[in-house]
Order: sequence, then structure tokens, then C-alpha cells
Amino acid sequence: MSLVFAAGRLLSGASRVAWRKTSLCGDPRRTSARQICSRLVTGALWSENKVTVNFINRDGERITVQGSPGESLLDVVVNQDLDFDGFGACEGTLACSTCHLVFEEEVYHNLGPVTDEELDMLDLSYGLTDTSRLGCQICLSKSLDGMTVRVPESVMDIRQSGGSV
Amino acid sequence: CGSGSPPAGRSGFSAGHRSFSSPPASPTKVCVVGGGPAGFYTAQSLLKGSPHIQVDIYERLPVPFGLVRFGVAPDHPEVKNVINTFTQTAQHKRCHFLGNVHVGKDITIQELMQAYHAVVLSYGAEGNRTMGVSGEGLPGVYSAKDFVGWYNGLPCNKELQPDLSHETAVILGQGNVALDVARILLSPLDLLKKTDITQNALETLAASKVQRVLMVGRRGPLQVACTIKELREMVNMPYTAPDMLPADFQHVAQALADLPRPRKRLTELIMKTLNEDHRGRQGVKRWGFRFFRSPLEVLPSADGSRASGIRLAVNKLEGVGDAVTAVPTSEVDEIACGMIISSIGYKSLPIDPAVPFDFKRAIVPNNMGRVEETTGLYCSGWVKRGPTGVIATTMNDSFDTARTILQDLESGAINVSVSRPGSSEVVPLLEKRGVRTVSFADWEKINAEETKQGTAVGKPREKLLDVREIMFSYGLCCLISQMTKILQSQMTLSIHSVH
Repeated sequence: MSLVFAAGRLLSGASRVAWRKTSLCGDPRRTSARQICSRLVTGALWSENKVTVNFINRDGERITVQGSPGESLLDVVVNQDLDFDGFGACEGTLACSTCHLVFEEEVYHNLGPVTDEELDMLDLSYGLTDTSRLGCQICLSKSLDGMTVRVPESVMDIRQSGGSV
Repeated sequence: CGSGSPPAGRSGFSAGHRSFSSPPASPTKVCVVGGGPAGFYTAQSLLKGSPHIQVDIYERLPVPFGLVRFGVAPDHPEVKNVINTFTQTAQHKRCHFLGNVHVGKDITIQELMQAYHAVVLSYGAEGNRTMGVSGEGLPGVYSAKDFVGWYNGLPCNKELQPDLSHETAVILGQGNVALDVARILLSPLDLLKKTDITQNALETLAASKVQRVLMVGRRGPLQVACTIKELREMVNMPYTAPDMLPADFQHVAQALADLPRPRKRLTELIMKTLNEDHRGRQGVKRWGFRFFRSPLEVLPSADGSRASGIRLAVNKLEGVGDAVTAVPTSEVDEIACGMIISSIGYKSLPIDPAVPFDFKRAIVPNNMGRVEETTGLYCSGWVKRGPTGVIATTMNDSFDTARTILQDLESGAINVSVSRPGSSEVVPLLEKRGVRTVSFADWEKINAEETKQGTAVGKPREKLLDVREIMFSYGLCCLISQMTKILQSQMTLSIHSVH
């Protein structure tokens, strides 16, 4: 029984508002990429530019939300207040792998290059696949509209479902 | 913070939650022992899992966050972002932080179990494994735990004053703590100046003569314990060059193809360092691994006053895969060095005679976080599974324990029919014993002062190093009894001004 995953939105309000102010697409240390992203956003027609993302959560449930180009997938999870336990612990700074997401193969190849630093953190993630990326490093664009991404189980869930100690 | 009420329609929760649907007459009181990542993540998950749970987090130090403050390297500020989430937890209306309480000494586990419906042990691993070789106690030999505590401002390590007057330092161990220590020893000072490393450590490092840091491991390159992020930081560190022994890497290239991706990438990165020849470069500091070596003896200097080297057994490997073990051969090796740092692992210690403890594994024996043979007692984090893994590992592990507790509340294994007093009974008891607790609001004052002092010198914070200084600065000194307690504690007590 995954009581915890299914639970409420405690702890969400204040932290997420604060985060919204600070979090931008990708690694904050890579300022240039960030600036490019924000320029794209301001130059675009906002309403026409929403990107639909389908998340499959750890319970297998599909959650469909919309984000804006320039937001990272981590931003989308935070701004839409999606309840993925422990997601984005380091707040998008490439210091953990808790925003690990699994993509469809076709989408994966359109995501743009992976840095060594992202691969380094992915290597520590549970349930690593050939189409895994970190949500904090994926910048939304219109070309990703309608994609489906899966939130992989954490190691403890695997152990739980396996029934072993 | 949010209301804590569960949203409708979430599978799993609604069914589980129905057993709480006629809320218990009084809140379910849970006590968490330890205010580090395990404690905060357990608390977070419990608060989220049921609107009837109240959590009190007891911490031995007057300041929260455990190893996030005192373990995470100062040049890894991004890792410390988890503090924002912990702060949200601590500020939650159903959560209370009580610092400066030494559970097991100021109050027993049994007393806590009487005051709460459930007690979670999340107190981590404050001890360290020792090498068990002669000469280990000589001046010049340090535990990585103390060294890390020293540069991170842990009050009890502030007088360590490591001797950095020799050219070569040897670290026993090749895990991330070993790499953190190596990086701090070799980092350009300009980089460290912008971190929250203590001023004291910064000054000592500024005078450091250490030019070469060697990290010794009993097994080979394919078994190295660090993670790739930390290794890449070494590879990319300015003004340093790798110092490896090519002979240690025989047969590694052939093994690469069959490795899983994480191990393969890590090994390839180590191999890359072999191809770089920096021997001619001047003014470059060195770092390297020494594989297949186990400590035999710390060698004393001629006058016996201090460590001057280490004698190592040369090992061969037996077995395959993860089960490969190092077996000493008759061959020995010696490295001359003025500093030896033992970084072969942290170790949990028993907290109270009433709590079962597995001395061999140095954990509290448990089944999915339920402490064996003790109803109502749980554990999470390092004390549950041993001192390994990154913060995300502890996070998942703590969520797991919280899930177990929620299940036990649901099944009735934890009896909530009788109300428990929680901190309303514990705090007066502590006061009677001369213990003044530090609240999260008190910590926020300390935090503001540290941040202010840090800003003045271009750092994110300047940590206050002295428990007495911390208490005095924020109007907490009024209780003489508290001062008496602190004076009697093992913490180092001389009044020390950071500036």
C-alpha cells in the first residue's frame, strides 16, 4: 500500500512559491542556456505556446498537465504541484538524481545533448534506462508537445513490491 | 505550509485513510531522534501521510540538519538545497524541532516511548571505523570524520588543528568522503573562500604545504567506492594533476565492455587520467589512487613523536563481481607521508541500553524500519541500513520507514487509543534536568546571524563554532542551568570568536 505516495499536498505551498522564483530551466550555473530559454518565452505568443506533458506516476496513473516553453520538466512538476515524492531534492542543480524521468525512445532522441555531469547523476539513479534523463535538464519546447514521461519507482518501492526485506 | 488534508481521488491513500476517518480523540504523537536528513525526510513523509500525526524532532546539537551542515563539503552548496525542504518541514504547524537534547543521556528512549505513540531512531552514524593497526594513535593520524567536522564547523572538532606541514598526505579509503577530503586539501584557496568553510580551516589551509594526496584502497580500480561526480571534480580541479600507478590497471581495459553503464563510465574516467602525462609540469599539486593496498602499520618518525609513513600490505583479489575480496600477499609497500587520514567508514553507535543493537553490522536490527522486538520503535537512515549512499538513498529509506509506520497505524499495531503527552511532558522533564531546548525559531536567529557574518566576508555563511557562543548570541543564555549543562558536556568550550 503506497499511502505515502498517494497523500496530500502538505509542505507544498510556501516552498514551491519560493522555488518558482529561483528555478529556471537547466543548471543555474549555465546562465547562457537559461537566458536563451527566457528570451524564447518572452518573444512567443504565450497562449498558443503551451506544451502538453503526460506524466505516468509511480502508481501507474496518467497525469496530463501543460507547461510553457522554457520551463524545465522539473519546473512543470513544481509549478503544477504534482505529487511525486522526493522529486527534485536538489532543486535542479545537478546534485541528485531524484528528478529522474524515463522517456519514449522517439522523444528521447529529440531531447538534445546530454552533458557528462547529467550522465554522472543519472548513473546514481534507480531503474536507469537507455532513455532516462533528469527532468531538471529538459527544457520544454513545442516539439515535445504531447509527450509521455514516466516517473520511475525508487529503490525502496522495488523492494516493497518484491516483498523481500 | 499546506493544510495536510489529503486530496480526493488519490489511489491508495483514500482506502488507507479511511481507518483514520473518525479521527483519533487526540493526535498521534511521533518522536524522531536526530535532526539530519533521515529525521527530516521521515518527519516530512509522516506529516504528509496522515493529518493526525504530530512530529517532534529531537537533535543533540543546538542546530539542525546533521550531515547536510556538518558532512556535505563546503564546495557542494547545491547539495545543501535540501535544507529548504527541511525548513518547510520544521516550520509545519504539526512539527516541532527541539535542539540541544542528547537522547540517551538527557532523556532515555524508554521515557520517550512512554511520551509518544511511536519513536523513530534517525540519529545516524557518529562513530567511525578504525584501521586497527599499530601507530593509529600517533599525532598526524586523523579520522576523516574529525577532519570533515573540522572544516565544516562541527563544535567538537574545532580544535583539531590538523598538521598540514608535510608534502604528502595519505587517505585510507576511496569513497566520496575520501575524495571530499582530498579536494579540500588541494583546492585553490580562491574557490574555498567563497564557500561556508570555517575561517579557521581556511587559514590553516592557506598555510598548507600539502602537495600530494594519495587515496588508498584495498581492492582495484573496478571496485572503487566513490561516485563519478566526485571523481570528475578531481579530474577537473585546476592546478592539479593525477598521480596513478599504471601497474594497478592491468586487465581493467578488457573488463570494461561487460560493465554496467555507471561502473563503466566511472572506470573509463579513471583510465583517462592514466593517459595524461603531467610529470614535467611545475607547481601542480597531485592526487591519485593507490589500489590493492591495506594498512599494516603507521610508521613513527625517528623520534617516535609523530607519523611519518604507512606500511601497506599488497593485496590480490579473489572471487568475482561485487563479491570480490582483497587478500593480502606477502609483499609490502611503504609510503612516506606526514599526514594520514582514515576514511574507511562511519559507524553507528548504540544510543541506549534498552534498544537492540547489532554490533557486528553497527546498525539497529530492523525489519523494514521496525526495530526488532520493540513495538512502537522504528529507525531510518544510516542507523537502519549502515553508513552508505547519497542523500537520495536516505530519503527513499526514510520514506520507506514512514510508510511502515503509517501501515502500523492503519493496522492498529501502534495503539493510538490512549493519548500521549509528547513534548508537553518531555520538555518540563528536560528543564528539570537542566536542559534548555533550542527551537527552530531560535535556529532561525542563529541562521540569520551566520548569514550576516558570512555576507560580510563574501561567504554564504560563517558558521558559529562554539555552542556557548551560539547560545549566548541569541538571548538563550539566561538559563544558568543550561550553561552548566553545556560546560559539563564533552564539547570544546573555550570562547572563540570567529573573527
